[in-house]
Amino acid sequence: MDAESAKALGMAVVVGLGMIGPGIGIGILVSRALEAIGRNPDATGKIIPNMFIGIVFTEALAIFALVVGFIIKFT
Amino acid sequence: MASEGIHIALAPYHITDIAGFPITSTLVTSWLVVIVLAVFAVVLSRRLKLVPSRGQVVVESVISFVYGYVEETLDDAKLARRYFPLIMTIFLFIFCANIVGLLPFVGAVGIHNTTGEHGGLTPLFYPVNTDLNVTLALAIIAFVAIEFAGITVLGALRYGSKFVNIHSVLGFVVGLIEFISEIARLITFSFRLFGNIFAGKVLILLALAFMPYLVPVPLLVYEVFVGVIQAAIFALLTLFFIKIAVSEPH
Repeated sequence: MDAESAKALGMAVVVGLGMIGPGIGIGILVSRALEAIGRNPDATGKIIPNMFIGIVFTEALAIFALVVGFIIKFT
Repeated sequence: MASEGIHIALAPYHITDIAGFPITSTLVTSWLVVIVLAVFAVVLSRRLKLVPSRGQVVVESVISFVYGYVEETLDDAKLARRYFPLIMTIFLFIFCANIVGLLPFVGAVGIHNTTGEHGGLTPLFYPVNTDLNVTLALAIIAFVAIEFAGITVLGALRYGSKFVNIHSVLGFVVGLIEFISEIARLITFSFRLFGNIFAGKVLILLALAFMPYLVPVPLLVYEVFVGVIQAAIFALLTLFFIKIAVSEPH
């Protein structure tokens, strides 16, 4: 295997594995937020911004995987 | 055929140089977006009336809804007046850039190049946010605005005490983590927008290459949705981080 194909494979593996955790995390987060809205629809305005902040911090991990993937591929 | 395959390039298409500055297709498209927004703003503000027309009502209600949300979140009329224009501008620019990026002429209208790169055609227009330079510039603007908000409201010393805390070991570590997540915001801001729009572009290119009829249509609808959501998320995050920055350290 030459270096070029190893880099392509490395990026695929890094991004693929790195997305698993944040995917599960965002799933749990949104399901709990929707449950909370279902129990108390009046609090929707307070739950949604906090949900987005949580999603953003979780998604940041996936983005780090993407960045590391680009670093492997292009350096 | 490899030579007729799809072209996926991370670097923006380079059209020409003006006085040493490279002019890329994403730059041309962002100029187009800026011109569209400017013309829209001039035309709308020329025709302002006390008894509004139907178009003015729509625009006014959208603006006042967003302003009300910003004011409610920041909980301060003065801060809301100061940061609402920035947040709305970020939203409008990213939104228009994403929508213009889905129009049919984007990526199809171009100039022939002699080198034979990209199948001999350099596109004049290309989705703006597939260029990491654009998203990074937007992220830096948002980052500077957030730090500016924190420093002007709390003062440099009180704001700095969020990051450098020498009262306890735990406080110091927490401050360090805060600092790192503050810097990492630049990366996540820029790569979130870039990743979403770039992935959408590649997805549509792949669908067009394998199944040119019908299949790209729902994907394009989905990309419109993604474009609106990403613009809203970028603006909302700027708002939320300003809110976090101006809240008291504890």
